[in-house]
Amino acid sequence: MSEATLNTARRPVAFRGGGFAPKTMRWVGPLVFAALIAFAEYGTRAGFISNLTMPRPSDVLATFITLWESGLLWQHLLPSLTRLAVGAAAGAAAGIAVGVFIALLSYIRAALVPLVAAIFPIPKIALLPLFVIWFGIDEGSKYALIALGTFTPTVVATYGAVDNVDRSLIRMGQSFGLSWFSIVRKIVLPGAMPGILSGLRVSFAIAIILLVAAEMLGAEFGVGAYILEAGSLYDLERLFVGVTILSILGVGVSSLLGLVEKRVLGWRV
Amino acid sequence: MELLLDNISHHYGDFEVMRDITLEIPAGKIVCLIGPSGCGKSTLLRIIGGLEQPQQGSVVQIGEPPADSLNPLTYVFQDFALLPWRTVEGNISLVLEEHGIRGKRADEIITAVLMRTKLADFRKALPKQLSGGMKQRVGIARALAVNPAVMLMDEPLSALDSQTRELLMDDLIALWTRQPFTAVYVTHNLQEAVRLGHRIVVLSRRPGVIREILEIEKPLTDRRFGDSDLESHQKHLWTLMREEAMASDMELVSV
Repeated sequence: MSEATLNTARRPVAFRGGGFAPKTMRWVGPLVFAALIAFAEYGTRAGFISNLTMPRPSDVLATFITLWESGLLWQHLLPSLTRLAVGAAAGAAAGIAVGVFIALLSYIRAALVPLVAAIFPIPKIALLPLFVIWFGIDEGSKYALIALGTFTPTVVATYGAVDNVDRSLIRMGQSFGLSWFSIVRKIVLPGAMPGILSGLRVSFAIAIILLVAAEMLGAEFGVGAYILEAGSLYDLERLFVGVTILSILGVGVSSLLGLVEKRVLGWRV
Repeated sequence: MELLLDNISHHYGDFEVMRDITLEIPAGKIVCLIGPSGCGKSTLLRIIGGLEQPQQGSVVQIGEPPADSLNPLTYVFQDFALLPWRTVEGNISLVLEEHGIRGKRADEIITAVLMRTKLADFRKALPKQLSGGMKQRVGIARALAVNPAVMLMDEPLSALDSQTRELLMDDLIALWTRQPFTAVYVTHNLQEAVRLGHRIVVLSRRPGVIREILEIEKPLTDRRFGDSDLESHQKHLWTLMREEAMASDMELVSV
């Protein structure tokens, strides 16, 4: 080194490449929940949160346990789960099929894209009276409502996902003489699966919202009916039990999809 | 089976890609297509394999492909085009399933082509676990599995680093020596062309026309990295292409 560089001041180059790389932190999420619940419990006991504003979490838990022990929990939960499963499955299956056709066939795309755009923003719950006439007052109309609500977002997610499938893979399929049907089944669908699954997360959340709405408008049993009844009696404990069940349902569906993603999308880099 | 490209011209709208290309692809030989970027060599390869239709002229198949050829015109792609969700084995069985070959027969074919491409240990691996060179070996194995009459290779080594490229060239020569195949090999790499080509076709820049056809008699097995006669061929090709390449580099793309 020359004389001049030896005598000038030195300092290390500052690190500036940090951040923008989310890490997994498993315990933070549950901690937030625990802190909020603890705060509500403390507030209601100390008296600075009145009983009218917020029920005491321990009372909610006690109500839940009574509900469980009385057997009413399953009486409400089973019909809800059935409606959710049937409606969401039908809507998602139809949505994926229509989405694939929209993405691959120009005529269907031209015909259905505006139609889907027209149906998407309609609050599906507004159509329930119509569905009651079309599909009957009991389960049929609820299935149809949930299915329609799941259908539109799934269609949009699916055709976006299919549009994004690597064209060079499709050309490879053609160059090896694969049939149209084989290309769809073995190349297009698996390639679109990441996009379809992330679309399903949104669709299933919408399905849960519609499930409750449908049950509020006319059902003897179901989580929605339970919440409506509690609400009209201003029974906050039971109301919160119902809402908690819905939250758990949402988390359950989402983690189920997470498992499916892990299995189906293990090939991703 | 031989191929004859008969007077092929092609344009996208006002954009003329190639003009009056007439060329013979003899059986059992590797024909290299070289030219500056944008000369339409990849388009020509797609036309040869029937993935694109030329506006004028046609590709004629002379003679029948061998009876056991499942897919007479078979591509090897620059970007490998492997299904990332299938294993090495699954990627090869993809093209066999279509012809109803499953189970034990598929297994035998897959084992054989994996042996020929030195992939036997990677049978259950996913593409994401493989290096670029291994991925292209899978691409070649997949092509061999359908027993093609003509291999259409679209810059198969261009995505690889130069050392891997050297290794794969040796592998391709070994494959050809064991069992000569017919191939159209598109590349922009002159060194690959003089190492692998029995016949080198030089295309001009857009609109692509054939500028020169160079035959190299020296057997593939005798060609080595840095051979002086190959070097002089390569120099000759470069003088042919230099100005074209410069001109195409300066061009504004208007598509």
